[in-house]
Amino acid sequence: MSFTPLIILLLAICTAGYWFGSKKALTIVPERGQARIGRPHQFGVFVVIWGTIPPVFLLILWSIFSLMSGDGENAIFDQIDQVIFPVLLILSTVLGCYAAITKIKSGLRTRKTLEFVVYSLLILASTVSVFTTIGIVFSLLFETLHFFEKVPVFDFLLGLHWSPQTALREDQVGSSGAFGAIPLFAGTMLITLIAMVVAVPLGLFSAIYMTEYASKTFRAIVKPILEILAGIPTVVYGFFAALTVGVFFRDVGSTIGLDVVSESALAAGVVMGMMIIPFISSLSDDVITAVPQSLRDGSYALGATKSETVMKVILPAALPGIVGAVLLAVSRAIGETMIVVMAAGFSANLTANPLEAVTTVTVQIVGLLVGDQEFDSAKTLAAFALALVLFLITLGLNVIALIVVRKYREKYD
Amino acid sequence: MTDISDLKSRDEWVSEGRKARLGKRHRAERRFKILGLGAILIALSMLATLLVSIGSKGYSAFVQTRFELTVTLDEAVIHPNGDSSVPAVRGASYGTLIRKALRAEFPDVKARRELRSLFGIVSKGASRQLRTMVMENPAVIGETISVWLVASDDMDMFNKGYIPRNVVEADRRIKDNEIKWFDQLAAKGATQKVFNWGFFSSGDSREPEIAGIWGAIVGSFYTILITFAIAFPIGVMSAIYLEEFAPKNRLTDIIEVNINNLAAVPSIVFGLLGVGLFLNVAHFPRSASVVGGLTLALMTLPIIIISARTAIRAVPDSIRNAALGLGASRQQTAFHHVLPLSMPGILTGTIIGLSQALGETAPLLMIGMVAFIVDIPGNVTDPATVLPVQIFLWADSPERAFVEKTSGAILVLLAFLVFMNALAVLLRRKFERRW
Repeated sequence: MSFTPLIILLLAICTAGYWFGSKKALTIVPERGQARIGRPHQFGVFVVIWGTIPPVFLLILWSIFSLMSGDGENAIFDQIDQVIFPVLLILSTVLGCYAAITKIKSGLRTRKTLEFVVYSLLILASTVSVFTTIGIVFSLLFETLHFFEKVPVFDFLLGLHWSPQTALREDQVGSSGAFGAIPLFAGTMLITLIAMVVAVPLGLFSAIYMTEYASKTFRAIVKPILEILAGIPTVVYGFFAALTVGVFFRDVGSTIGLDVVSESALAAGVVMGMMIIPFISSLSDDVITAVPQSLRDGSYALGATKSETVMKVILPAALPGIVGAVLLAVSRAIGETMIVVMAAGFSANLTANPLEAVTTVTVQIVGLLVGDQEFDSAKTLAAFALALVLFLITLGLNVIALIVVRKYREKYD
Repeated sequence: MTDISDLKSRDEWVSEGRKARLGKRHRAERRFKILGLGAILIALSMLATLLVSIGSKGYSAFVQTRFELTVTLDEAVIHPNGDSSVPAVRGASYGTLIRKALRAEFPDVKARRELRSLFGIVSKGASRQLRTMVMENPAVIGETISVWLVASDDMDMFNKGYIPRNVVEADRRIKDNEIKWFDQLAAKGATQKVFNWGFFSSGDSREPEIAGIWGAIVGSFYTILITFAIAFPIGVMSAIYLEEFAPKNRLTDIIEVNINNLAAVPSIVFGLLGVGLFLNVAHFPRSASVVGGLTLALMTLPIIIISARTAIRAVPDSIRNAALGLGASRQQTAFHHVLPLSMPGILTGTIIGLSQALGETAPLLMIGMVAFIVDIPGNVTDPATVLPVQIFLWADSPERAFVEKTSGAILVLLAFLVFMNALAVLLRRKFERRW
């Protein structure tokens, strides 16, 4: 069914309804003893609401029905879809508008209806985010259960071998299709670890310098510049990691006699750490600023230098907040996709050597799903299972981080 | 004089051991400060390295090498069998004309292999360039004119100095005879570097020299438009509900916790949600910007809600109380007074959320916006790609010339992001009120 003209027609009917409604409202003479009636545009909107609710309701019903019935390719279905349904929509709009216009008379309280509709819309809007979460959980869970019908759970979670190429033909050799995800988890952890080794000291020391030492002007200039690092798209970091940093590490490695592959975990990790620096520095900045001034004053009064105050008073006091920040950063690093897709490899090596290529959960999700795929092979379903694991891990980290931060806030508020 | 004697006495009073300890502590203090400054400097130099490395690779994408050739627009070729209709002119073999022109330019090239590499020094897109010229101005048919044709990517790279001359021929992308032809053209003044308009006005291509980003920019525009149209109203409405109307109960708590968690879900998971929800259940077209926009809208929603709530919370209660006291309903208070006052803050947050969506790649890979698409998308349901995905695709291409194009596209993307963030800062500076 061609949608645009229908919608234009419906809108035109509603506009006409608005016009008639507000015109009619002007003709009303308030009865004796009654307060002033509402303004004309309220009556117009009232008519429009009655004109839109029935077709929207019908549309929702119809789309649910057509989803339920699946690919109904028969003629009757088409007939209804093409002819009867649009006519129904138009009729319901006209009837709704007409009924509303006839209802306009003295004593009609339009504001109540309007506010009820607005209030319902507000509630509806605020549940969208809940439905998003539910949608995520269900779409992942559904496919993951399918996946576990084909591959046992423990083979997936504890298997040491990952090669998702399933055989296209029965007689094909060398494509067994092993779905042991341990190498992926190990690779993810290795890259995350490298990223944290780069980002935590740099971010934390920047935050300490910014809050405790830097002048106001220095802070005002440098802080936004550091935040640029967080605003650069990850695909740019990926390109930088693959083309500049990876090659640089390889060249450095070959001059000092080390064998560094150009898709090394080191390159991806370092660049990811670079991306996370502002994340850690701005979160710890907030946390350090929130430490009460009285603690600092007390420390200075006892003759401590600034660095001693920071190390022995401020950091211990701010530790829970900093831990929370690091946890959030870890969860971000685990979920980061583009840098690793472009700079780390696709081959699953189970190694702890940062100079070799490893692969991560996100890389495999991309590798499994990009390109035309059947949606019922173990290969694509594996992507959903991996995504569910990813979702649960990041969710867990976030919840812990939020609890830690909240506890900490209560302490000083 | 007392000052000096004071110092002296203090020095005498202080033991050597204490002086040493104090010196040590002060040195530790200095070290610590330098450490902090060093961390900032390292972070800044990383940023500088990133920007310089991409800038130095990318700036040359904005210029393009062209060759001047004398082309005879032979009527027999352009009007095959005397047919002068528009389709015939469009379908004529302009490549033949260019090949003839190249032969005429270098008459001593005879061997077949050599001829083939000679024909390769102009771009495959040059014949289209010639066609457009003829279609726009049919009067030139039959005449001999000199035109500037786009050079092939290898020639372009050579002219820009990316392919060094003094390397053994076998290790070089272009061969000695090609360099000889280039030098001949250059000696005649028949080479030039011009601003590469095609980079900004054409779609993707397998040939780096004629590949452009306009298709990706249009795709990004549609995608962000959809994202804005969905996420902004829903986000603002949720924020208003949560801040102004929501009763403090279990449901509101769940919604709040949920929004905070959603903001931290990895973007790739949203991509899978997009696959599951919009492609598998709702059967939207693959690769369309409407699907990308919807997916990114779900991702941007929590960011918008959180910033909108902060902005709404910043409006002082006195405003609400004054409105309520004058007889406004709660909704009138919210929509006529609180919302307009918090709008600058909400818009700032929205722009920042949208700029994040503009740079997002991973979820769009999931929903199939990675296809090779030459045409400029005409509406939101056409297959499209977006700027970051285009960057990803080009970064994967093996040709040397695509490195330059990728960096150029990154520079354009960064320019857009800088513009959006500057807009957000400006908005905040201009309209934000401190209560």
